[in-house]
Amino acid sequence: MTPPADAGAATADIALPSPAAAKPETPFRRFVSEFCESHLAVGALIIFVLIALCAIFAPWISPQNPYDLAVLDIMDGRLEPGSRNGDNTMTFWLGTDDQGRDMLSGIFYGLRISLAVGVGSAFIAFLVGMALGLMAAYFGGRTDSVIMRLVDLQLSFPAILVALMILAFLGKGILNVVIALVVVEWAYYARTVRGTALVERRKEYIEAARCLALSHNRIVFRHLLPNCLPPLIVVGTMQIARAIALEATLSFLGLGVPITEPSLGLLIANGYEYMLSGKYWICFYPGIALMVTIVVINLVGDHLRDVLNPRLKR
Amino acid sequence: MTAYLIRRLLQASLVVVAMSLLVFIGVYAIGDPVEILISPEADQIERERAIQALGLDKPLWLQYLIFVANALQGDLGKSFVYAEPALKLITARMPATLELAIAALVLAIILGIPLGLFAGLKPENPVSKTIMAGSILGFSLPTFWVGLMLIMIFAVELKWLPSTGRGETATLFGVAWSFLTWNGLRHMFLPALNLSLFKISLVIRLTRSGVRETILMDYVKFARAKGLSPTRVVGVHVLKNILIPVVTVTGLELGGTIAFSVVTESVFAWPGMGKLIIDSINVLDRPVIVAYLMMVTLMFIIINLLVDLGYSALDPRVRLASQGG
Repeated sequence: MTPPADAGAATADIALPSPAAAKPETPFRRFVSEFCESHLAVGALIIFVLIALCAIFAPWISPQNPYDLAVLDIMDGRLEPGSRNGDNTMTFWLGTDDQGRDMLSGIFYGLRISLAVGVGSAFIAFLVGMALGLMAAYFGGRTDSVIMRLVDLQLSFPAILVALMILAFLGKGILNVVIALVVVEWAYYARTVRGTALVERRKEYIEAARCLALSHNRIVFRHLLPNCLPPLIVVGTMQIARAIALEATLSFLGLGVPITEPSLGLLIANGYEYMLSGKYWICFYPGIALMVTIVVINLVGDHLRDVLNPRLKR
Repeated sequence: MTAYLIRRLLQASLVVVAMSLLVFIGVYAIGDPVEILISPEADQIERERAIQALGLDKPLWLQYLIFVANALQGDLGKSFVYAEPALKLITARMPATLELAIAALVLAIILGIPLGLFAGLKPENPVSKTIMAGSILGFSLPTFWVGLMLIMIFAVELKWLPSTGRGETATLFGVAWSFLTWNGLRHMFLPALNLSLFKISLVIRLTRSGVRETILMDYVKFARAKGLSPTRVVGVHVLKNILIPVVTVTGLELGGTIAFSVVTESVFAWPGMGKLIIDSINVLDRPVIVAYLMMVTLMFIIINLLVDLGYSALDPRVRLASQGG
């Protein structure tokens, strides 16, 4: 179990003032150096950062604004990758869709929505699941059995079915997709945090905090929570990838984001009918962007699990 | 055991009631079916008549009670769109989904077990590493995207297999099946493969870890020391012991496969239950949505119940724990 990084840094500064130790080994530094051991994971992280930057700065780096109807020319529709537009002012590196929209710009904007929905819903689910899981572990008894029964019930239905049900009730929309994803995902966090917290709860430092008559809130949030974070971070990383994939699936089925705010899944759905007539690029490139995003997040998460798992410590 | 059985049954029926309430309220309380079903040009009298015919003028709780009373008689309402009983529509589409799901499970077993065995027996081999990397992709890539790629490669570029639809069917026991004709099988291969990718990855992982554990056991060492051929050791002694968890998990996945066929059916335009529910959600055909959700949740509750009962029958600890607590 890694103690919180700042506490570790403080003790290390006091314990190792000797000039020989130029770089005191703090838990955070150790974590970074262990993470960097895998070139694959570092490469994946770099690609992910690049993807995230593309998504964040989409309006500035896109060759055109794909949702400004004034700049679209229907005559440029379904051009092959590398074609020039009608008045020869720009190149469509990844081709255009049926509206004459530059696919590259569309992908940047789509990534924005996919990442925002994926990261946002994973974060909300993280908060909800963490709060409920901690409550279940700390209070035990009836609270625990009610929350965990709910988790079991939730996990016994496949994610797609639960999401489908919620979207059938609520209808399309970004907010509704986020709600559906949160409902699907919170249980994973709750179960993970409860498992860790049950182990941590029995350790001496919690007992010491109790003996000091600290408030429940303080014990749970200042003592218990920081020590439950490592496995939660791993689950969180994987859940972002899952959320992005599920959002894309729902949007592909026409139940997710509205047509005015297309995510990668909706771009792929739009390109589907053209794929059968050989115009592969309209759905192929958004799909590649989706696939690369999901795979790099998984690679990072997979390596994080190895680094943060105390059982695998050498 | 009887007490446990009764309590578990009660719990399950409670969940059924809660789900039916949730589904019904969710589907009927949000949005307005009148808007969608009655043409805007209809005059007031026509509107009234249509609302009455659909039973939408009654209070919601009465609609629910009527729904439950009818549901108990096997009547889950009439589709707004097809004007046919929702249950009949769904059961008519069910064989297509079932045959796809079963084909996917069969593929998962006949592809997953050999690949997993290989990866488990030769963990350092580059082929094994490729298999394991592939299984990670099978877990993480969205099904619909893999399906599109399968269509693009095998149907559009190579033109080996048809892209969409169910193909010719032959009738057996009064139901049309695709797997009985060559054309139908050709249509079924890509969607079944697509649907089974997740399951193949799962079986590979289970088999591999099973092999890695079993191979260290004393009885395997003994079988080797006895001078049995490696084929016999792996094929009989190892395989028999890892098959139990693999088959259990694969069986349990049948429900999930049926739920996930929603995606595959939409990609490959396979006319099953999943395609029906997506189309119904898009046109807000509420009775069909409710009927589908009720049937699938019921299916899951029954599967979970059977699993729990099965475990408690096999493992006395589960039974005793539930009696004590």
